[in-house]
Amino acid sequence: MDKMNITSAQYVLSKFSNENDIIKATIDGVEVSVPLDPSNRHYAEILRQVEAGTLTIAEAAQ
Amino acid sequence: MSTLKVTNLQHASSGSASITLDSAGTASFNSKDVSGIASINGGQIGVANLVQNGAMTVAQRATSVTSVSTEGYKTVDRFKWTMDTTSSVYTLTQSTDVPSGQGFANSFKAETTTADASLDANCQVRFEHRFEGQDLQQLAKGTSNAKSVTLSFWVKAFQTGTYVINLQDTDNSRLIAATYTVDTSATWEYKTVTFTGDTTGAFTNDNNLSLVIHWYLSAGSTYTSGTLATSWESLTNANRAVGQTVDIADSTSNYWAITGVQLEVGSQATPFEHRPYGDELARCQRYYWRQERTSGTNGYVGTASGWSTTEIFTIVRHPTTMRASPSLSYSASNALTGATNLDSRLGSAITSGQPGTDNILIYIDVSGATEGKAYTMYLNNDGNWIACDAEL
Repeated sequence: MDKMNITSAQYVLSKFSNENDIIKATIDGVEVSVPLDPSNRHYAEILRQVEAGTLTIAEAAQ
Repeated sequence: MSTLKVTNLQHASSGSASITLDSAGTASFNSKDVSGIASINGGQIGVANLVQNGAMTVAQRATSVTSVSTEGYKTVDRFKWTMDTTSSVYTLTQSTDVPSGQGFANSFKAETTTADASLDANCQVRFEHRFEGQDLQQLAKGTSNAKSVTLSFWVKAFQTGTYVINLQDTDNSRLIAATYTVDTSATWEYKTVTFTGDTTGAFTNDNNLSLVIHWYLSAGSTYTSGTLATSWESLTNANRAVGQTVDIADSTSNYWAITGVQLEVGSQATPFEHRPYGDELARCQRYYWRQERTSGTNGYVGTASGWSTTEIFTIVRHPTTMRASPSLSYSASNALTGATNLDSRLGSAITSGQPGTDNILIYIDVSGATEGKAYTMYLNNDGNWIACDAEL
């Protein structure tokens, strides 16, 4: 498990499918575009913190 | 043709046999060096080292980071700094301090800049290397043919004493540990540790994390109160770092440096496998790559197009296929510009799209762009960078 300080997270829509494509997050003070890939350590940690109830992913802006 | 039927081959002036033959046809060599071998079975001897960047030559993120108080990948590629429940602070460096005459140009060095002399029970400070499961299938872990592995490295530290190393199987939550001793302060020493094969718990054959090497630099009682796991066992925190006498956090005099890290199959450490820089860089870029504009060069990201009046996008192909879909980070939200020879549109935000293992879309928010118009996207100042991260 990675320990990351994630202070914000919001889905971004794909311009092609209009479905969630990535999460734009601030991790350890750095803005990061995170893919929705469970093998990606940032996404895995986002999911873990959501599961733990310490993080909410905001809906994508339309 | 004649056949020489003997069980030992021994030099006339030697006290022991150099080659011993048994009835099953196995030949055992009792020799430090076997010279003159061009190939084995007509082929290349092969890659011995399972570790990437073991000579610490690649440091894409930074060559030196000060005031480190959190874990993460900080300097040399593929090696992670981990710390927990300590107020100590460090400077981490890709150093040029190396063991003399061994062919190394770099080492990793951690220097304590703020001490925490009160060791918390849950304190850990570690240096790590992480492996994909698909790269470890040759170890036959979880079978009756499980292979031993040997870890070798050069280490130099201010503090003499006992340090602990773990191999952690993250697929099956298993652990084996060993100790090594730094005998002389401020002196490069060569260490080898052999870990027996584990007949329990196969590594998953995929691109995810399966094995971690942990070099302990500080360990609280949570990790030292049991019995050191000198054989493979289910992971128990109390058995992880028993015998660790050194606490790198306890004084600002402390430092620890390492290079020449090699993990190889078998019970014999062989000389470090020095690889060309380009080969090592490509291996590291499977996990992380970074493009930084320096002295006006290396700034072009790609041919771009106006997606709309407010966005310009480009497709960036990764230098090599990445382990997994990467995260995109950047030096600043306005690090990129889209431009033609007559028109320049400074970006105000950066977003990735359709991130994949081979390529990624990069969008920048602008004003006044033209949909469908061709632009060039570039890093608009020295020091600006973009990076893709698929680390374990």
